Amino acid sequence: MKTLKRKAFLQTLAGAAALALAGTAPLAHAQAATEISFYYPVAVGGPITKLIDAYAADFTKENPSIKVTPIYAGSYQDTIVKALTAHKAGNPPVTSVLLSTDMFTLIDEDAIVPIDNFVKTADDRAWLASFYPAFMLNSQTGGKTWGIPFQRSTVVLYWNKDAFKAAGLDPNRPPSTWAEMRDMAAKLTLKDAGGKVTQWGVQIPSSGFPYWLFQGLAIQNGVTLANDAGNAVKFDDPGTVEAVQYWIDLVKAGVHPPGIVEWGTTPKDFFERKVAMMWTTTGNLTNVRANAKFDFGVAMLPAGKRRGSPTGGGNFYISKKATPAQQEAAFRFAKWITQPERAARWSIDTGYVAVSAAAYDTAALKRYGAEFPPALVARDQLPHALAEFSTHDNQRVTKALNDGLQAALLGTKTPAQALRDAQAEANRLLRGYR
Amino acid sequence: MPVLQPAAVSLGVEAAAVSPGSHLPRGAGPAAAHAWLMLLPAFVLLVAFTHYPAVATLIDSFHSTPKGNRPAVWVGLENYQVMLEDPVFWKALRNNAWFAIVTIPASIALALLMALWVNERIAGRAFLRMAYFTPTVLPMVAVANIWLFFYTPQYGLLEQVRGAFGLPAQNWLGDQATALGAVTAVAVWKEAGFFMIFYLAALQSLNPSLREAAAIEGASRWTFFWRVQWPLLMPTTLFVMVNAVINAVRMVDHVVVLTRGGPDNASTLLLYHLYEVGFKFWDTGYAAALTVVLLALLAATALFQFFVLDRKVHYK
Repeated sequence: MKTLKRKAFLQTLAGAAALALAGTAPLAHAQAATEISFYYPVAVGGPITKLIDAYAADFTKENPSIKVTPIYAGSYQDTIVKALTAHKAGNPPVTSVLLSTDMFTLIDEDAIVPIDNFVKTADDRAWLASFYPAFMLNSQTGGKTWGIPFQRSTVVLYWNKDAFKAAGLDPNRPPSTWAEMRDMAAKLTLKDAGGKVTQWGVQIPSSGFPYWLFQGLAIQNGVTLANDAGNAVKFDDPGTVEAVQYWIDLVKAGVHPPGIVEWGTTPKDFFERKVAMMWTTTGNLTNVRANAKFDFGVAMLPAGKRRGSPTGGGNFYISKKATPAQQEAAFRFAKWITQPERAARWSIDTGYVAVSAAAYDTAALKRYGAEFPPALVARDQLPHALAEFSTHDNQRVTKALNDGLQAALLGTKTPAQALRDAQAEANRLLRGYR
Repeated sequence: MPVLQPAAVSLGVEAAAVSPGSHLPRGAGPAAAHAWLMLLPAFVLLVAFTHYPAVATLIDSFHSTPKGNRPAVWVGLENYQVMLEDPVFWKALRNNAWFAIVTIPASIALALLMALWVNERIAGRAFLRMAYFTPTVLPMVAVANIWLFFYTPQYGLLEQVRGAFGLPAQNWLGDQATALGAVTAVAVWKEAGFFMIFYLAALQSLNPSLREAAAIEGASRWTFFWRVQWPLLMPTTLFVMVNAVINAVRMVDHVVVLTRGGPDNASTLLLYHLYEVGFKFWDTGYAAALTVVLLALLAATALFQFFVLDRKVHYK
């Protein structure tokens, strides 16, 4: 009796073990599939996490051997802090979307691998060549490609057509030159009986990251602020000083709000009719379309010596510390998500610029562009666009420029002095990279 | 010897109460082992998350920042020299001093005033107490976003009020002269309600017969406050002051939301500068040196408060 019981017990145990083994077999198989962690910054409003989740699920459906796990890591700044901290701790995400301007920082930290390592077939090469050249400027250095453009933007001018009509201007003709913008802004500036301004002509935000919007003015004045190697800047170039002077003159002429203009509330100022023309990102297009209670237009930035705008936004990067299989899988995911059909859908859903000309040739984006022409302005501006300002020790050099710009706008320093100081600081920071 | 203090009392106060000449019984094997075991969890946590990081930071501050393949090397006092030459550090230090000098007395005075008021028997007392405490409960970033709207030029709340009185327009956060003041006002508003709770608790623990005695003697309200309540509240004031000093140096979240240290560093505080150096510029060596200075500053004020001010406080 006792032995029988024991035998039964042993049999049960063996059975359980067999079952357990059988149970782990598919599990083991699933683990053999490559899992890639994916840090994604939530930089704009809307149901963006749902879109990304859907992409990850669709990709796994088509590629069952790869599982993409999106991790929402906060703002761009939060995401790079987390990604670099994880990198230093030895366990970074396999791929992340980070600012295109973080390229030099990531290279200096030895955190990423060049994309070229994975480009093997003719199809791969054709895909890499399909991106708009303006977006690749911030993704390549030293003859290598380090980032894959994904959610990219440029600066554009939004104008209130009702305000144009009220000021006696043609509501369908935005300013095309600096002089025109200044003259139109003067006509669009309204004052109440007490002489207080109720509607400004134009505003260019200057809080947080004034360098980005200012870069538009600098490019238009013929200055490229940083070289391709990311180790020299032209803050004290006479052209740069002139560009700052144009901005300050708008304030002095009383057609642009004085002091520092907050980036975050600029779209709201526009909705509240406190400003008739604003400079901001194309990424705000969906927001403006939903909230402006008046007829508005979107235009390329006005031309100085030439037209121009910086690009902006995020690229895919692949971690150096991931296994080769994971890196390969991350590459395939990035390639998959930037295919024309998907890039077109992404642009329609978010307002970001689609990253390739092929995306604008898809039926979906053609239809959208026909019914909502402002969506195409950013693309049309791309041939005039240059890389967003980016150098080694990027955030520190950028801060030198930001501080200089704010000092000049506030009048605590002359433009020439402020930019000379910024140049000296940048030279000191960059001397180790030459 | 009050070795075990209520949990609510801050660690610093506890340490001060225990430290001078406490002679615990020596030897007694099992009892000592027992005591050590009881202390172990707190000890491990303190060492792992307070003492080890502090020492590691001090060591890091004498090294360069490791980058990619270049490991950290010994640079001696170079990081401190960089600090002396860093204009943003000095600006942040001046700003922080100004911030502390304004927020500490202002929030303590306001807290005391509110506590005295809601300690009286008045209609809607519970509601008032809750209203005063609300800022403390709200998440800082949400609060800062609300204030961001208050300060918005042209149609923000403050501007609408000023506009109604025909005052000229003011860009509160976008002007170097007012940005730090605007940030300071939010801090005072946020802190005062929190400190009020401590004062209120202290006021309610005062013996009611004191008030009766004062009334019989014919003392005015002011005399009663100045001669009786204020001295008896000194232990609370010391505690609140320690907290206020710590908070003045710890302030960073609403600077991030309201001004990001701008315009042109006009509202940069020490901790915000430290954050930028550490997590935006990734200059960890210099950030470690800044941390050491911050710690030294805090330690110095804490020692001053415990050993100099503490003597002047009358404990019951």
